[in-house]
Amino acid sequence: MAESDLAQLTERFDYLTERVSSDHLALNCPADKLIELCTALRDEFGYDMLNDVTAVDWDAQSPRFTGFYHFLSTTKHDYLRVAVDCPDDFNPSLPSLAGLFASANWHERETYDLFGIRYEGHPDLTRILMWDSYPYHPLRKDFPLAGIETPLPADDVAEATGASVLPAPMMGGPFTSSGDGPMSQTEPSAKDESWSEKQEKPTD
Amino acid sequence: MQNQNVAYDSKVEGEIIVTQADAVINWIRKHSVWPMPMGLACCAIELMAAGASRFDISRFGMEVMRFSPRQADCMIVAGTVTYKMAEVVRRIYDQMAEPKWVVAMGACASTGGMYRSYATLQGVDRIVPVDVYISGCPPRPEALLDAMIKLQDKIGRERAVKNLIPEKADSAELAGAGKES
Ligand code: SF4
Repeated sequence: MAESDLAQLTERFDYLTERVSSDHLALNCPADKLIELCTALRDEFGYDMLNDVTAVDWDAQSPRFTGFYHFLSTTKHDYLRVAVDCPDDFNPSLPSLAGLFASANWHERETYDLFGIRYEGHPDLTRILMWDSYPYHPLRKDFPLAGIETPLPADDVAEATGASVLPAPMMGGPFTSSGDGPMSQTEPSAKDESWSEKQEKPTD
Repeated sequence: MQNQNVAYDSKVEGEIIVTQADAVINWIRKHSVWPMPMGLACCAIELMAAGASRFDISRFGMEVMRFSPRQADCMIVAGTVTYKMAEVVRRIYDQMAEPKWVVAMGACASTGGMYRSYATLQGVDRIVPVDVYISGCPPRPEALLDAMIKLQDKIGRERAVKNLIPEKADSAELAGAGKES
């Protein structure tokens, strides 16, 4: 069924290209055509449920950010993935789907929170996981897993406790398991145990 | 007939018991701990199990879980404390009436646990003074009960009036909350 969708979609929207995918049908769509495409997907192709909105940070590449949308058709029982490159690498933005799918609202807030992609036309584009005054977007490639020192969100609590947001002790981590072999030998361990917060990384 | 009332004989002493104020006050306190269940993640499930019939925390006089900090005197931090939630935990702690105690239940509350990440407070003792830490991910209800019994012992050894006389040095120590940074 997805194949016929692909044929129909590419015939109707000539800007669509098929995207390499190891599971479901995936399409590349330019950002300015996203609303048009998604309206048609919802109203004419039966993709009536938006399951997920997320993004990928490709680090040094350009375009750096790609937004992803996972649609489900509750009548055809089929998934469809739409990938949209953000035109601007420094102030990434995409059109908001919150007007088409109610589920886009919180998903877009999450993606905005963690990747810093602005969704134009979103009714309330505020952070959803981190607090409002948090200065970073943690899932970007240039953000360290351990975090960056920042003040606590509440000034009075910070003053009373002297606490602040500190980078978590990684101790050579992140901790990963090699995966194969018996569990007793594949306990998660740090890839590079030659350094920790107390003992600097050796420079060679 | 031999006198069996070794310590106290009402016929001799009347309705009077001689003891220390600390002993009496602490005895009362430690048998009526009202916990504030600060259930933030999976550990809270074990906390609930400790409250249910199989483990039955009421055997130790602590079954009166109160969801209002005004009516509680022992905060059981059961779960992962994110930086966003840290503010709330501290505020609830501040709202609890003195004397009050804090139990850090589980790896997350004690040290951040497996969440060595940008979002997780690495130990609730950075923001509130912790009396008892419980290891485990999650600790079994028995471990929680053991910790609460240890807390009772600790309450029994305190000076009963220590929270009534604010000492400058003491409050600074409280605020710094145990961990040097
Ligand atoms: S210590 Fe383990 S069980 Fe408890 S909150 Fe953390 S992850 Fe969950």
